Amino acid sequence: MTDATKQAEDKLDRPLGQKNQPKPEGEVARTFRKSKEKLTSPWATAAAIIIAVIWTIPTFGLLVSSFRTASEIRSTGWWTWFVNPSFTLQNYNDVLFGAGASSENLGSYFVNSLVIAIPAALFPIAIATMAAYAFAWIKFRGSGALFVLVFALQIVPLQMALVPLLQIFSGVLGISGTFPAVWIAHTIFGLPLCIFLLHNFISEIPGEVIEAARVDGANHTQIFFRIIIPLSLPALASIGIFQFLWVWNDLLVALVFSGGTADVAPLTQRLGELVGNFGRFQERLPAAAFISLIVPLIVFFSLQRYFVRGLLAGSTKG
Amino acid sequence: MADFWTDAFEKFGVMVVGLAAFAVIVGVLLFFADRAPKKGRDFWQLLAFVAPAMLLLLVGLIYPAIRTTYLAFTDRSGNEFVGLRNFEWMFTQPEIITVLLNTVVWVIVVPLLSTIFGLAYAVFIDKAHGEKILKSLVFLPMAISFVGASIIWRFVYEYREQGFGEQIGILNQIIVWVGGEPQQFLQNSPWNTFFLIVVMVWIQTGFAMVLLSAAIKGVPVEIVEAARLDGANAWQQFRNVTLPGIRGTLVVVITTISIATLKVFDIVRSMTAGQFGTSVVANEMYTQAFRRAEIGQGSVLALTLFIMVLPIVIYNVRVMRQQKEIR
Repeated sequence: MTDATKQAEDKLDRPLGQKNQPKPEGEVARTFRKSKEKLTSPWATAAAIIIAVIWTIPTFGLLVSSFRTASEIRSTGWWTWFVNPSFTLQNYNDVLFGAGASSENLGSYFVNSLVIAIPAALFPIAIATMAAYAFAWIKFRGSGALFVLVFALQIVPLQMALVPLLQIFSGVLGISGTFPAVWIAHTIFGLPLCIFLLHNFISEIPGEVIEAARVDGANHTQIFFRIIIPLSLPALASIGIFQFLWVWNDLLVALVFSGGTADVAPLTQRLGELVGNFGRFQERLPAAAFISLIVPLIVFFSLQRYFVRGLLAGSTKG
Repeated sequence: MADFWTDAFEKFGVMVVGLAAFAVIVGVLLFFADRAPKKGRDFWQLLAFVAPAMLLLLVGLIYPAIRTTYLAFTDRSGNEFVGLRNFEWMFTQPEIITVLLNTVVWVIVVPLLSTIFGLAYAVFIDKAHGEKILKSLVFLPMAISFVGASIIWRFVYEYREQGFGEQIGILNQIIVWVGGEPQQFLQNSPWNTFFLIVVMVWIQTGFAMVLLSAAIKGVPVEIVEAARLDGANAWQQFRNVTLPGIRGTLVVVITTISIATLKVFDIVRSMTAGQFGTSVVANEMYTQAFRRAEIGQGSVLALTLFIMVLPIVIYNVRVMRQQKEIR
């Protein structure tokens, strides 16, 4: 893999996948950048901090609430915690593993979310990589027109597909309300964007690398596994992370295709139910919300670079 | 607890089986493409690579979109053709007219405010200490689900009638502290729509900020510095140098947020479920098609959504073309 990467990067004279990076700054610009420290303005810093605090308070308040006792959540605001601090994990325990018919049962839904999101991120990536390779490196008649069609499908709101797709799932395939139904739905809705983004990346691989393999007698399958996949790994990671989070955070597809029970439905669906009954579940909601936020937050903080890249590329999805 | 683990074990079993089945299908497909007869091998290999994606898109997106367009002209069961009756319903029912107007308000206000806040913030942090952490804080809402964001804001807006205990929502508490009367933010129409919009602005500002911040850093420092030496003040530098330099990114940000806003569903669904006059097209589509089993009316709303997306996309493509010509 490293060989192929190196070969490709030598050909390009830059790391793969950095097409859109700004050119290195000139000497003058670099000097100015270095002197930026002197250009920082206390007013700008103050304004930025004020906005950042306003933006963070709602989330912070919920986090504090999630560690307070049920009666405290119901009777006083989270800011009184500073005068009257307390700490309990009871809420988390209750919403995750609480027994009984009326319990939130989030443990099950958390498992569902994982079972939905992992395949629903891998399937479209795999299928899209294959298609993107074909569009980029296999010459065939109608290739251009077909690619434009895939590109155009990005703008079709998924609302346009929900009713007929559900009819196909329940009437023809009989899989409505199962994990495969949700996987397939997410795969289909993710494909246009994944194909488009991966095509941008894969078509950028230097032709000489692929040509050399072909001369050595490699066919498309071999080229795909030995060159395309190893070289595309960074792009696959970015797009995969983005697709995973998109599925994890999705509510609409879950509501329509999962059947809405603890057998299949993901966290977002259950949270939607709980918040719809706000008065009743008030003391449980902060902990419940944070259980659903924990995975995106971990991904966000540990893989921020990939995440931002995927987001910038994939902002038009949905 | 034991139940939980058996249940989880079973579900992960389903997942592993699903992943394995998928790998086998793809593997077999590529294996046969690899071993295809010499005659027409190129064709079979091409088919193996493109067919899965095309088949899924055809069955799962193209056919359904065409069928939804047809269903928009049928009755509630989707079996009987009724001409334009669903369109007539859409433009005569006062509730649905409110839904359409709300959607227009959303699609104007959200991109505008998100972009203004995002741009201002991007400019501030460009000149501030601790840029990285400041960026993360405003960008963070972008990572979490709309449902999670809705729960966060339900608590911000929470209302207790005066004299029935303390306020637990920070917004009403602030109002009480300055001597005002607590408000039912989510129920008092028409302002409740704006309080829902705040949630979307809170999320999208981070997106606008990240893109615009990158664009601002792309504006050549030499030009900004030249303007400064010519005696331009901060505002003039921004107006005459930075703003023209990031015009392309601004268009992308505004159109992207507009499209995302048009399709906003989760926020309205989880904050008010569309009650109190806050519904929007995407939410109403779900309500009609899946809650009331009104296939025709749901489909006409889906079609409306598609039609509303089109002008934004066309505008975006045109601007992109112009920009390419300039270069």
